[in-house]
Amino acid sequence: MADNAKQTSADDFTPIAGADRAKLDDEKIATPSLTFLQDSWRRLRKNKAAMIALGLLIILFILAFGSHFFETHNPNATNPNFANLPPKIPGIDINGLNGTLDQSGERVNAYAQAHAGNNWYLLGTDYLGRDLFSRILYGTRISLEIALIASFFDLAFGVVYGITSGWIGGRVDTLMQRIIEIMLSIPNLVVMVLLILVLKPGMTAIILSIAITSWINMARLVRAQTLELKNQEFILAARTLGESSWKIAFKHLLPNLSSVIIINLMFTIPTAIFFEAFLSYIGIGISAPQASLGTLINDGQKNFQFLPYQMWYPAIVLSVLMIAFNILGDGLRDALDPKSRE
Amino acid sequence: MAKYLGKRIFYIILTLFIVSTITFFLMKLMPGTPLTNQAKLTPTQIHQIYKQYGLDKPVWQQYLVYLGGIIHGNFGTSFQFSNQPVSYLISSRLGPSLIIGGQGMVLGVLAGLVVGAVGAIKANTWVDTSATIISILFISIPSFVLAVLLQYYLGLKLRLFPIADWGGFMYTVLPTLALAASPLAETARFMRTEMVDVLSSDYIELAKAKGLNKVGIIYHHALRNSLIPVVTIIGPLAVNIMTGSMVVENIFSIPGIGEQFVKSILTNDYPTIMGLTIVYSAMLCVVLLITDIVYGLIDPRIRINK
Repeated sequence: MADNAKQTSADDFTPIAGADRAKLDDEKIATPSLTFLQDSWRRLRKNKAAMIALGLLIILFILAFGSHFFETHNPNATNPNFANLPPKIPGIDINGLNGTLDQSGERVNAYAQAHAGNNWYLLGTDYLGRDLFSRILYGTRISLEIALIASFFDLAFGVVYGITSGWIGGRVDTLMQRIIEIMLSIPNLVVMVLLILVLKPGMTAIILSIAITSWINMARLVRAQTLELKNQEFILAARTLGESSWKIAFKHLLPNLSSVIIINLMFTIPTAIFFEAFLSYIGIGISAPQASLGTLINDGQKNFQFLPYQMWYPAIVLSVLMIAFNILGDGLRDALDPKSRE
Repeated sequence: MAKYLGKRIFYIILTLFIVSTITFFLMKLMPGTPLTNQAKLTPTQIHQIYKQYGLDKPVWQQYLVYLGGIIHGNFGTSFQFSNQPVSYLISSRLGPSLIIGGQGMVLGVLAGLVVGAVGAIKANTWVDTSATIISILFISIPSFVLAVLLQYYLGLKLRLFPIADWGGFMYTVLPTLALAASPLAETARFMRTEMVDVLSSDYIELAKAKGLNKVGIIYHHALRNSLIPVVTIIGPLAVNIMTGSMVVENIFSIPGIGEQFVKSILTNDYPTIMGLTIVYSAMLCVVLLITDIVYGLIDPRIRINK
């Protein structure tokens, strides 16, 4: 490069003059202008792990919410004759997928023993002969539904609480912060358990109890960010122009809070999924015959020694769900808040 | 300092008062009574049992009796184990929970610090990537899945540790490992971010320019300064351990308060649930207070001045 530079002389350049100069638009911005979200999306796309996680989540979403089209059997239909059948895919002869079981060191064809004929179950059946694959899909759907509702409450309540507390300030802020401090010194799970006991176990109780505990983190982060933004010049400018206080909060503050909100939302979701599975696992969540990943793991764990697939598959799906949300959350944090990267 | 401490203790007492009030009235709202599932009892018998537990008085009187009891460390009598005071039930089960919880916390935080620090020192290499993978896995895999897998593979298959029950150090190993996973991952993530920050700061550049050797820089300058903020996440980690202990104690049948809590929930043993709720909140308050004080003591930039 340096040699080339020496070889060029001033004569190699001719200045643009006259009519050509007028035609030249040297103020033109060649690259398309990107909005905040487009720019973040561009950064996110470069993150391979996050894109794989996003892909996995999309597949899980489609499978779970379209479970009606994908389920191979009715998830709640019991069939005692076909109980505890191992996974079987016709035409594949690998131990673990060919319908054989390890019984005291020998591989036994469980389907032949049960006279199952041409029936086959992709991930096997449970102790009541219910199709595990369909039940896992159904459980995933419940997990995702609860995650979505929890994030809605996070937005509706946590964000508003945080903005109000930070924006109004003064005595209101002190009071609202005291309330949060008290909520923080009670373990979340204890609050959830108390609520579920009062409301009797079920979907509504779980959603309410997760909603009541999940907004606190969001409220704190939003408040901290609001306090930081509150004294910046663009807010002052809006004030000087005579904008009303609430209009400033929603028009100028909220867009600047969006990255904090999105990032925190991505971490609320796996927490909500975990708590639903946890509550169902200890037996006060989703009740039978409905399937939840937590109850499936609890059922499968009892037979883990002899029928390991009954716990492995729901446990893997639950873990993959959590891992994917966590990785996507990490990726979104890097994409939306480039300053946080070194 | 004394003033700050006084203020904090006042808030702790206020918190515990609110918690006990809320739990009391929630329990009163509860459908059914502990006698619902009992064999047929005559009205006189039911009245007698109500009188024995003080349930025949109006609610506000029950509330005052209850509050007065709590101040004296009396949480009432368990419904499930007849005539057993809740305070005895809790205090006799607190030991095992504190042991495995404490061990899990120490192991998790120490291992997390190492994983996080190594990840930051070797930032953007395969070492860093594997450290990140470890922490994502341990954050994502639920404690109850991990506990069952540990129990099956290390306990039943390899026979390295007892699979359940309580009695000596070997029995604490598997539950401790199961509980340590989540603090390990959280600490590692936090430590990595902190350390990457510190390593790119000016005083590290200066130390390098002075010609200090790499080990000296990391040990004397980087490590110590990144350790300080880790104290702030001890509180949330304690919550994780409490949550985890409820299932982990159940899986390994350890006679601790977590196992008791789940058992009480499933048997509608209200006095025990109320007592344990207050104990859990009190433990969390104390942990939060200690970490705040320690943070003020070890970081000269933060002074408690209110």
